[in-house]
Amino acid sequence: MLEVRNLSVSFTRYEGVWRQTKQWAVRDLSLNVWAGEMVAVVGSSGSGKSLLAHAVMGLLPYNASRDGEIYYEGELLTEKRLRELRGREVVLVPQSVSYLDPLMRVGEQVQKGDKSPKARERCRQVLKRYGLGKETERLYPFELSGGMTRRILISTAVQEKPRLVIADEPTPGLHLEAARRVMSHFREIVDEGAGVLVITHDLELALLVADRIVVFYGGTNLEEAWAEDFADEKRLRHPYTKALFRAMPQNGFHPLPGVQPYGRELPEGCVFAPRCGECEARCHEPVYYRSVRGGMVRCWKEQSG
Amino acid sequence: MRKDCRTEKQNRGKGCRNRRVFLLCLAALFLMLLAGITLAGIVEADAALTTDFSRKNLAPCLEYPFGTDWMGRDMFVRTLAGLSLSIRIGLLTAGISSVIALGLGITAALGKYADGVIGCMIDVVMGIPHMLLLVLISFAMGKGFWGVVTGISLTHWTSLARLLRAEALQLKESQYVKIAGKLGKGPFYIAWKHMTPHLLPQLLVGVVLMFPHAILHEAGITFLGFGLSPEQPAIGIILSESMSYLSMGRWWLALFPGLLLVLVVIMFHVIGNAAGSVLDPGQAHR
Amino acid sequence: MEKTELGIGPGIVRFLAGKCLRGVLLLFLVSGAAFWLVSMSPLDPLSANVGQTAMGSMSQEQIEKLQTYWGVGAPPAKRFLSWAGDFFRGDMGVSLLYRQPVARVIRVKLMNSLWLMAAAWVISGAVGFGLGILAGVKKGSAADRVISAYALVTASTPSFWLALVFLMIFAVWLGWFPVGLSVPIGMEAAGVTLADRIWHGFLPALTLSVTGISNIALHTREKMIQVMESDYVLFARARGESTGRIVWQHGVRNILLPALTLQFGSVSEIFGGSILVEQVFSYPGLGQAAVTAGLGSDVPLLLAITVISAAIVFVGNLAADLLYQVVDPRLSRERGRA
Repeated sequence: MLEVRNLSVSFTRYEGVWRQTKQWAVRDLSLNVWAGEMVAVVGSSGSGKSLLAHAVMGLLPYNASRDGEIYYEGELLTEKRLRELRGREVVLVPQSVSYLDPLMRVGEQVQKGDKSPKARERCRQVLKRYGLGKETERLYPFELSGGMTRRILISTAVQEKPRLVIADEPTPGLHLEAARRVMSHFREIVDEGAGVLVITHDLELALLVADRIVVFYGGTNLEEAWAEDFADEKRLRHPYTKALFRAMPQNGFHPLPGVQPYGRELPEGCVFAPRCGECEARCHEPVYYRSVRGGMVRCWKEQSG
Repeated sequence: MRKDCRTEKQNRGKGCRNRRVFLLCLAALFLMLLAGITLAGIVEADAALTTDFSRKNLAPCLEYPFGTDWMGRDMFVRTLAGLSLSIRIGLLTAGISSVIALGLGITAALGKYADGVIGCMIDVVMGIPHMLLLVLISFAMGKGFWGVVTGISLTHWTSLARLLRAEALQLKESQYVKIAGKLGKGPFYIAWKHMTPHLLPQLLVGVVLMFPHAILHEAGITFLGFGLSPEQPAIGIILSESMSYLSMGRWWLALFPGLLLVLVVIMFHVIGNAAGSVLDPGQAHR
Repeated sequence: MEKTELGIGPGIVRFLAGKCLRGVLLLFLVSGAAFWLVSMSPLDPLSANVGQTAMGSMSQEQIEKLQTYWGVGAPPAKRFLSWAGDFFRGDMGVSLLYRQPVARVIRVKLMNSLWLMAAAWVISGAVGFGLGILAGVKKGSAADRVISAYALVTASTPSFWLALVFLMIFAVWLGWFPVGLSVPIGMEAAGVTLADRIWHGFLPALTLSVTGISNIALHTREKMIQVMESDYVLFARARGESTGRIVWQHGVRNILLPALTLQFGSVSEIFGGSILVEQVFSYPGLGQAAVTAGLGSDVPLLLAITVISAAIVFVGNLAADLLYQVVDPRLSRERGRA
């Protein structure tokens, strides 16, 4: 349904007074989402995951440039095609309340300004589905709680009967129960036949509902694994994923030392090499994304299979 | 699509870079031009007052590009002298104003009581229309040069003082200022040693951006008859004198001096923007 | 809830009362400062002015009253309080130049000026807002460049010079408009028709509008760029909303209030501009009266104009604050809760 091939996003920035440099935020990223499937892109905060969502929606800021191809239903997603699909078949669920107009009532925003009785009725139904009464319609965004905001943002998406939903960090700031509920709302959308791409920093939560996990690190994807693969460390492919696995509470809570590289400091070869315990000489040469044991991995160590 | 996208974006990036370099070069060029005008005006100060009735009321020609007035004075030289005077008064008043702004801004940030008093002063100064306050101050000073200088110096510091106060308040919360306070350093020491150096960039940009206002207000108040004396070749005087000759069709008396004043002020605006874009990190990505 | 929704409730009354109290205090300080300034002046109103022009035609009673105001013997603070007391009771004194009660002079001049300033305020505000939106939405486009350049040039142009240029072009050269005066000479203010007012006020209003646009246009442009780069506009785009709808629904909604605030705050500048422009067009407004009073040492008139103009500026700022309190849901609802 959605296929992203070798996507790169870079920024031009000033350095000092004169020099401008290019910084890579996303580099050589590939993934795909099928209809009726939920794919979670998991990576720590500030690693440029949101840009992936914005790039797919064709909404990168003006000083960013994009490289690579994106296909939707087997067709190259051009600016023109996107304009037809955006907000109708392909919808974005943004990450925070700042994505709502601060001076517009919530009801009006969910209806997208359509004031017909039909739209109003539809809005009411959608809000009801997520346990929000009709008094919510009269509220302004600053009056919403974190959980309400989430549900409103999902409402805006469901209102459209979308075929592909891209959700950008749908759970931060929520307590576990609320976050689980939000994730289950996305699962419902998947079960209705749509494809959902969830971008999150929360691996545990993603594992609860997603079918596949894409591990995002240093601006690219290191591994693509089935959710079931996380049952056993041996079934995972990349050292970083394994480290993530070990950092989970039920698996011993062993955090990985060091910090993620970002932007300009990206190493030439494997982006994880500086923190990898099994790093060797060839890891400093470019590594390719290969298919291994039913998943994908960007590591020399794994034998193709 | 991929190719189109890239080349377009890359060109834009390149344009961006050139734009900034271009802006800075332009600012440097303007700075030299303004310095040139200022110097030329000082050198030609006497020529600006020379009357020659054999050449009065000449329309612009090769020899007198801006024409001559009813006393045969060369309008080009008079305009240069006027601009030079304006720039020098602008420098003086913007300088005084910024010192006031720095002093009051830091004082307001340091003491609660002082903050109230200074806030009140700002409200009063901003509560009276600028031009009217200039008239009042000039009236109080008995008109003339010092009336203008005092007036403009005393009216232009308010917004810069507010800005510096806000910055100083932030600095006050910083660790090293707190430590200096705990070490028993007095408020004057802290203000001078720890705050002033950090406020200098804002102060500099503030001064340059204050220039255009100072110059325009000086021309205005002089035009109204409160400012410089009629013997001086100030732009305000030139334009005010030209009013009597407008209906006779001597358009050049008003057009060129005013136009050059506009150009000078534009140059200051450009220099201010350039200074702002270098010193303000918020604009780094533009 | 319904009551606070409109923002009108006990909260707003308290807000208004507090603001008005501040306003009265501010006016008192302003008049005090102005009084101090004029009493500092080496130009003595009695000898410089009354002695030369008005003394002869003044009654003994008037002269005595003047001397109690400006009498050399009394300390300034006492003089100020007596002046302020009279002023508060509505007695603004007698203008030395116009030989009329100051209140009457100001009423006539103020009416003339209000027409002019209101026209300039509305025109510059509306046009500036429109241009600012256009430039902000199409940032970097040819339209944006033209508008930004226009704003830079007019911000650098002294309004009185522009007035001179307009006078040269439209009055002297083309002969479309009269060279001076807001009303035909010798006509009473009451006999002036609306057409006459527009006819004579057109060029001054045009000058003030043209130079006034710059500020509001630049401000609106900046705000519009911020809005267009905001998360909620990004989301609106993601939902397939058209640019026109985004500008109208999200842009205008979010920048109208700050723009109005700025425009209300610019009353002071329009007033300052009108002083210069009225002088060029010999338009008999408050600004020209202020210049005449300043040049002719007409202290009562100068003081009264200062206080009146400070009051106008204050009302402008108050209107802006009030508008925010009533219209912005974030403020009105919070106050409703408090």
